[in-house]
Parts: sequence; structure tokens; C-alpha cells
Amino acid sequence: MPEKLKCSLCSKEATVHLTQIINNKIHKVDLCESCAQQKGVTDPEGFALTDLLQNVNLDVPLPSPEGCTTSCPDCGFNSADFQRTGRLGCATCYTTFSAQIGPVLEDMHTGLQHVGKVPNLALQRQSNQTIMRRLQEALARAISEEAYEQAATIRDKIQSLKSESVEEPEKSTVHD
Amino acid sequence: MIESLLQSSAAELTQQRKKAVPVVLSTRIRLARNLAKVPFPGRANSAQRSDVLTKCEQIIGQLPNMKGGYFFDAKSLSDLEKQTLVERHLISRELCDAALGAGVYIRKDQSCSVMINEEDHLRIQVLKSGFSLKSAWRQVDAFDSDLEKTFDVAFSSDFGYLTACPTNLGTGMRASVMMHLPGLAISGHMERVVRAVNQLGIAVRGLFGEGTDATGHIFQISNQQTLGEAEGDILERLGNVLKTIIDHELNARYKYLEENRAQLLDKIGRAYGLLQNVHVIHSNEAMNLLSLVRLAVDFGLLPETSRSLVDRLFIECQPGHVQFASRGDIAPDERDIVRADKLRSEFSNMEALSFDNIEKLDY
Repeated sequence: MPEKLKCSLCSKEATVHLTQIINNKIHKVDLCESCAQQKGVTDPEGFALTDLLQNVNLDVPLPSPEGCTTSCPDCGFNSADFQRTGRLGCATCYTTFSAQIGPVLEDMHTGLQHVGKVPNLALQRQSNQTIMRRLQEALARAISEEAYEQAATIRDKIQSLKSESVEEPEKSTVHD
Repeated sequence: MIESLLQSSAAELTQQRKKAVPVVLSTRIRLARNLAKVPFPGRANSAQRSDVLTKCEQIIGQLPNMKGGYFFDAKSLSDLEKQTLVERHLISRELCDAALGAGVYIRKDQSCSVMINEEDHLRIQVLKSGFSLKSAWRQVDAFDSDLEKTFDVAFSSDFGYLTACPTNLGTGMRASVMMHLPGLAISGHMERVVRAVNQLGIAVRGLFGEGTDATGHIFQISNQQTLGEAEGDILERLGNVLKTIIDHELNARYKYLEENRAQLLDKIGRAYGLLQNVHVIHSNEAMNLLSLVRLAVDFGLLPETSRSLVDRLFIECQPGHVQFASRGDIAPDERDIVRADKLRSEFSNMEALSFDNIEKLDY
């Protein structure tokens, strides 16, 4: 069992525990019965944790100043958008804003590493698509440079990748 | 098309094939999924949104699980139709307000719905009556795996399934169980329960989610964290908390009955009498009375079969359903009359309360 929490205001034993999200940061405050009463916390509609926090020196993490200028190369979302909405613009935003998202996730979730289901099938297909696109670009380049021998090798690779992705379902049943 | 959906005789929540159980009304699990290469719905432009809608409609329509299902473009639905779908928990309030290019696919038996371009490209939901986290997970997992064959899902090896809001990151899974907790609510213990489960990363909300009140003593209880724990572990943890809440609820009921027997039986008797004789009734009052009738069934004062009637009426007494059934634009006070008529007629054939059975109650 965790040790008893102390009231953030007067350090008596805390019995009221509050969680609120401000600027995408989760803030937790523990209060004793009398401080909670005094602050009007028992009425869930009637108070804002921000008011409360003004009197308590909790380390409120601020958005990194250099982060303010970052914007996502894929969707143009910037860190100010993230601060404002608490949402992200696209999948790439998770890489773009990783520095800002990290601490938010830490407060929000059990861990920082995904341990659940993995969409292997979709990932395999997507990585095949990327490889295929690169090969086709290389093929076009080789042809334009009249490097026909190289082009032939690339074409073979494309062919084998194509047949691989078509045959895959049958293959796996054969091996089972 | 929406009429056939609402009048369907095979809807998971309103036309139960299984016996309804005490305390737990229904179980829902939803998965948030996005396409890897398209901005999330909030950021996508209208061309991208309508592209995603068309593409997803096609992909989902081809899944064997959705055979014969209903697809609705949100813009083709009237406000009233949207409201009835919200009342059935088939779509969210967010989808009602979504920009153009949003829609929903609903399975024929209404046990599964997929919202397109809500907060995420896809919100896949499986909905079961009663307490069935495991079977709901099996179903939604299978659906998702099926979808993966053609859907290029946004996924990172660190963060798992990528979602528009970081609160859904990882598994993208929110499991939510609708509980009927009159014992804890009437005896004033609900607040303590909420506080205790919040500490365990479990959220408690009213009937229609965030910021709604708990009319009918109905609460939605769900996991908050989605990253850093596997689906099975999240569900097991949630399941254990729910089992504890069920125990507390049953204890609270029996304790309250022991200490305030006459008062509690009086509440139940009055609720029953009102429902048989009411001529004007607001939905909140109807919900609270129905809640007491469900409690009466759990106490053995009414036959077990009445429980699923109550569950159906919980939904059919909602404003949208009442308005829809009366097939016209009626004012709220007229709606209260139509609702009362319905309740009276449903309760006219109900068996009388057998108060003597309270003696046989085994607790």
C-alpha cells in the first residue's frame, strides 16, 4: 500500500484527491477534509483547480520555449495547436512533438511503451509498399540513366516482391 | 432506413435474447484506429475527410461481420435521428456535431458500430447486454484484425496505435460498463466509490458520458489508461474493480433494506404505482422510477422477465425515442404525455409486486 498522502496546503493527512487537466498536464492535488471544505472542493462544479494551485508551489511544467516554433512536416500542425486543443494533427505529429508529448503521456498512462496488440499484417503490407515504391523509383532512375543491367536486377526484385505478397496467405497455411 | 433499425426486433440492447442480469446493464468496448497517411479528422481538409469516409465505408461494408449492416452519412441524418442513435449508444454526441464527411456503419443486430471521422478515422465499438468484457473483446479484436487486412493503420512500435488525442494512445481501447447502482446512490456511498476507483485509473460517468448526470442510478465505468498495459491486463483489472463494485452495490442494497425497510419498499411501491397511473412524466423522473422497478426485480418482488422490459424502457423513454415513436414534431410537454401513455400501457400488464418475497431474500 502506498504511504498516506499529505494535504498540499497544510500537510495534515489528505482524504480528498483531485485530478484536473490544465494545459494538457495532469495535476494531482491531495487535500485534508478541512482544506477541501474551505476551498469549496466538495462541489465538483464550483471550483477550478487552477485557483487552488496558485497558492501551492507545485512544479507546473511549462511548454518548452523552443517547442513553440516546431510544426509538423506532414500536416503543418504546430505546438501551439497542440497546447490549445490537446489533440494531434496526424501520425507524424507523434514524432515531431515527441519532446512535448513525453511528459504528458507519463502523467496520463500506466507506461510509455505500448505492450498490447500489434497489427503485424498491416505493418508488413505497409513496409512492402514502401519498399515497392523505393524500388520503382530506383527503376525509373536506372532507366533514365540508361543503366539497363541495373534496371533488370531491380525489375526482378519488384517481381519477386509482388509474387511474395500475393502468395503470402497460401504460404502460411502450407507451413502450418 | 433508420426506421427499420429502430424498429428492428433483433437489437442487442432493446430486444434481449439473453436474460438481463442484476447490476450490470451492458458492456461496450471501443477501439480508436487511424489511417497512417492521412491527417486525423480534426486536421484533415474536407476533401481528405470525404475521401476517408468513402474509403472506410467501402472497407467496412465488405467485412463479413457487417453483412447487411446499415450505413449512414451523418449529413443525411436529421437531428432527431442522430439523437435516437446517441440514446442507443450507437453514435457519440461528437459525431452529431462533426463536420461534413462523417458517418457510421451499424451492424444489423446493433451489437457493433463503426464511426467514421469522429475524433479518429475509425471508432469501432462492440456493445453487449450484461457483463461480458471477454466476449466483447473477442468480438472487437476479431473485427479489428479483419479490418487490418485492408486498412493501413497508423501504428508506432513505441506508442502503439496512434490516435488524435494522446489519452487514447497505445491500445486505443476504452472498455466501459453500464452499471445500475441504486443501492450505492440511495445510501449516499457513490461519491466514495467514485473517489476510490479514480485512484485505480478507472473513470465513472453518467449515462451518456462526460458531464452527464446519473439519472436512473446508471453509471458508466471505464478504464482511463490505454498505454503501457496490454488489452487483456486492462480488461482484467477493470473486471476486478467492477466485481468489487457489484459486491459493494449488493451489500449497500441489503444494508439499506435492513435499516430502512419500510422507506425502501415504499419508494419501490410508489414507483410501481406511478408508472401504472402516470399521465405526464419527464424522462429523468421516468428513469428514476424505472430504476426502482429494476431494483424490485432484483429483490424478487417482480418476475425476472420484467428486467429486460425495464432495460428496454430505459432507452425507449429517452426524449429522442419518444419523439421518434410519435412520428411528428411534438413539444417537450406533449412528449411527457406520450411517454406517460407508453409507460402506463407497458405497466398495465405487469404482475403485482409480491412484497412477501422480501422475506425469502437470501443475503
